[in-house]
Amino acid sequence: MATKSLLARNNDLANTARQMEILSSGIFADGELPTFADKLKETKQFPLRPKKLEILQINLGYMCNQVCAHCHVDAGPDRKEIMTLETMQQCLEVIKNTGAHTLDLTGGAPEMNPNFRGFVEAAAKAGITDFIVRSNLTIIRANKKYHDLPEFFKKHNIHVVSSMPHWTRGKTDKQRGDGVFDKSIKALQMLNEVGYGMEGSNLKLDLVYNPSGAFLPGDQMALENDFKKALKTEFNIDFHSLFAITNLPISRFLDYLIASENYEDYMFSLVEAYNPTAVANVMCTNTISVSWDGYLYDCDFNQMLNLKVASKVKHIADYNEGLLQDRNIIINQHCYGCTAGAGSSCQGVVA
Amino acid sequence: MAKPYYDASDLRKFGKITEWSEELGNKFFDYYGKVFEEGALTAREKSLIALAVAHTEQCPYCIDAYTKDSLERGITKEQMMEAIHVGAAIKSGATLVHGVQMMNKVNKLEM
Repeated sequence: MATKSLLARNNDLANTARQMEILSSGIFADGELPTFADKLKETKQFPLRPKKLEILQINLGYMCNQVCAHCHVDAGPDRKEIMTLETMQQCLEVIKNTGAHTLDLTGGAPEMNPNFRGFVEAAAKAGITDFIVRSNLTIIRANKKYHDLPEFFKKHNIHVVSSMPHWTRGKTDKQRGDGVFDKSIKALQMLNEVGYGMEGSNLKLDLVYNPSGAFLPGDQMALENDFKKALKTEFNIDFHSLFAITNLPISRFLDYLIASENYEDYMFSLVEAYNPTAVANVMCTNTISVSWDGYLYDCDFNQMLNLKVASKVKHIADYNEGLLQDRNIIINQHCYGCTAGAGSSCQGVVA
Repeated sequence: MAKPYYDASDLRKFGKITEWSEELGNKFFDYYGKVFEEGALTAREKSLIALAVAHTEQCPYCIDAYTKDSLERGITKEQMMEAIHVGAAIKSGATLVHGVQMMNKVNKLEM
């Protein structure tokens, strides 16, 4: 398993323009498969437009203690891009006035940003009560200074959403790195200890399941039942919901698909599973994604493809919600990942 | 080099069989879809049965399809292999149980 980002390896796919070229050529250029825009047009859902803004998703940096094989952020210890205090201040100005009710913090490992806690505290003062932190779990065990994160999360009633690709060690470590499973289990137990994930508890602990390979996630409910049974029996772990998220064909997962000669089959699977009713609730319709350097995107995936919002307002410093909401969402073939089957978003299925 | 009889990408074209016999094709796919729905058996159990039968039928398309289906359902490698052993056990059992016929015949023919 690679221990460096595509960027650090000088991989061709670290170049987002190259990724866009791949997603627009081959089977999509020769008409073997319809483009995402073609599909949207079939059901008169083109152009895709935002609905009411509900979630501000802020990426605090691409730095991470893990180098997961499927990471769409291409995050890792070698990524030094993290949000500065100045950009955080600009975000806070927006938070004071936004109509969005939820602040969704992601990365990388958002907790690795040295100003992570200060930012949460300031956002809470600015009126945010609905926080999500997308935690990779192992960060809690990575260093002494992170051991009290469960307490910090609890103090601010943060909704913790954690990745957990499988309830078996082998499958988890293959995707996320050696030792990740054991550390994740320990971290989940620590979260349970302070009250997270327990039945009836307001301290929400949800898990994210990504398939560990070139296949789509199965039924979210069935997977949740399997996860609950296995984690409870073997490790006495409780959690609330499981979000089944489809891997989008970008960044490291795209690199994997191409290298393993699964790219075409995977794209066929995504297109075949296209569900027009999932389109109405894809996350780009109620979310704005802010990158570590303050630029605005329709979603986290568009951020990683460097597809900034199609609006006069492109940076948090110039934020204007009215102007921003009156835009067309930028789409491409990677969007098939969010509309396959029951759909996929940062909150799991959407249809 | 001669073309192989099987082409993995033909699986994607399975639906096209309706083009030359629409009614029968559609009826088959309706039936097929219904069979694999959650019922008295879970969809997961049905997937494992299909995987085992795919092997006893030695259908490469079915093996591809139900290996992937198993992975999608979070079924582990160990569970998949055990399912195949069930199919193999029935296959070998079906061979060996005919040994009784052989024994009967020998006993009848020999003095």
